[in-house]
Amino acid sequence: MPRVCLLEVAHARSGDKGDCANIGLIALRPELYPLLVEQVTAGRVKEHFRELCHGPVERFELPKLHALNFLLHQSLDGGGTVSLRTDAQGKTYSAALLRMEIDVP
Amino acid sequence: MTGADRIRVANAQGFWGDSLEAPLLQMRQGPIDYLTLDYLAEVTMSILQKQRARDGNAGYARDFVEMIGRGACDIVERGIKVVANAGGVHPIACAEATALALQRAGISKGLKIGVVLGDDILPRLDELLERGVPLSNMDTGEPLSAIRSRVQSANVYLGAAPVAEALDQGAQIVITGRCADAALTLGPAIHEFGWRMDDWTRLAAGTVAGHAIECGTQSTGGNCQYDWESIPDFDNIGYPIAEIGRTGDVVITKHEGTGGRVNVPGVTEQLLYEIGDPSTYITPDVIADFTSIDLTQDGLDRVRLSGVGGRPATDFYKVSISYSSGFRAIGLLVYGWPDAARKARKAEQILRARLNHLGLTFDAIHAEYIGANACHGDALSGPFHPDTPEVALRVGVRGNDRKAVERFTREIAPLALNGPPVVTYVGGRPKVEEVVAYWPALIPKSEVSWNVVMREVDA
Repeated sequence: MPRVCLLEVAHARSGDKGDCANIGLIALRPELYPLLVEQVTAGRVKEHFRELCHGPVERFELPKLHALNFLLHQSLDGGGTVSLRTDAQGKTYSAALLRMEIDVP
Repeated sequence: MTGADRIRVANAQGFWGDSLEAPLLQMRQGPIDYLTLDYLAEVTMSILQKQRARDGNAGYARDFVEMIGRGACDIVERGIKVVANAGGVHPIACAEATALALQRAGISKGLKIGVVLGDDILPRLDELLERGVPLSNMDTGEPLSAIRSRVQSANVYLGAAPVAEALDQGAQIVITGRCADAALTLGPAIHEFGWRMDDWTRLAAGTVAGHAIECGTQSTGGNCQYDWESIPDFDNIGYPIAEIGRTGDVVITKHEGTGGRVNVPGVTEQLLYEIGDPSTYITPDVIADFTSIDLTQDGLDRVRLSGVGGRPATDFYKVSISYSSGFRAIGLLVYGWPDAARKARKAEQILRARLNHLGLTFDAIHAEYIGANACHGDALSGPFHPDTPEVALRVGVRGNDRKAVERFTREIAPLALNGPPVVTYVGGRPKVEEVVAYWPALIPKSEVSWNVVMREVDA
């Protein structure tokens, strides 16, 4: 089974609310959405972001939009006004998630 | 309620600092009924509070006033209504400056400005705490008393009702302080269509329309990862327009002849932007359900948005509180090939040791190597590449001792001479900034009363 970067099967956008980042992950085609649901679990996303995210990861499903929404708690070094990070608002976390690899049939 | 069956609500400002030309172009490049401008990100209120502390007449979005001056003719001649949260922490001062700008433009006698007041609860904080409203931090559960003495601003996110009320009273320009971003769009729909404040499905549709356009071009091709290189004419990108019908039908579009792209993938990205549980998008006016939304392409650069679910609003408003939380400074040094990232890391190690020798302690010292790991961290960025042309060491400290942070700022430049080679010092000595932190809380709606003040422009 080939293993590909999420970049090849999805697109994404991310932003912030306080110290919590959100990442919307959208399948490039509807038939790819079940792969995201099956493989891009909250647990895998937490492991993927272990260096940046110090709280829990929540996942929500939007099947009609072929999309998942992730909340990465405590992932912005205290949040926009406090953070010492270059990406204090998690704007690039969308692409960071797209680095994850999944199996495609 | 007016006789319109459909209104075109345009956004021309996704945050304070967005394009200065966009509001004028939105009025001139095609028909719109409403111009909405969102100036207040979470971080903005604390910045405005600092400005008001320095100058009692400041504390609002000055860009807005300048825009009103430049666009006065368009607003008056085209009969466009303007709704903006430009009031920041001082909506009255913003309205006065706006009236003055219109007066100077010389064509606006009798024009009415509606000012929404009541979001600022800073003067009432102690009274609220005494009466047992804890204003606990929504994320951590801590009571506000933990940081009470350091609070700088406290503003309720008001809803669309005050905006609609100001429009009902004849305002052509509505200035609010803190309000829900989507309220800038929902307010006009309530005013035009007479939607009841318990018509949850329509309120939710108007709210999602507002969410779709509130970040400016993020729904018309800006910051869009989907096929971004084929998006045409970024230099002339059109800002978004929500066409809202009386029954709650919504189309997201932009003016003909402008650049950018409105398609389903792009609008989907924006719908998901900065939301939490998509089935429970809580605003002051309604709880919207995004999980039932259908998006369909409805012609070139038109996306139809339907199926939004709505449930009754909660009994609470969200409160945005900012408080003083120490100081920070961030410095930059650029290292060139070869082994640029290793040089940057060595410099960081030297700097940390020197800060130790000086006996300086901080709440946080954080270093990143721009070009090697700054956006995604080491684990995702992979090993340093020896042939990377250059890497910037970006190192910052945060702490309560201003003198320690100031001393840190003097330790960056010396590294250009007394650390690793092939280095250039950019940007000068770092500035010490006051850190203002953000404290989200809830307040019962019964504790908040808003009102609308009308200001008529004199001759």
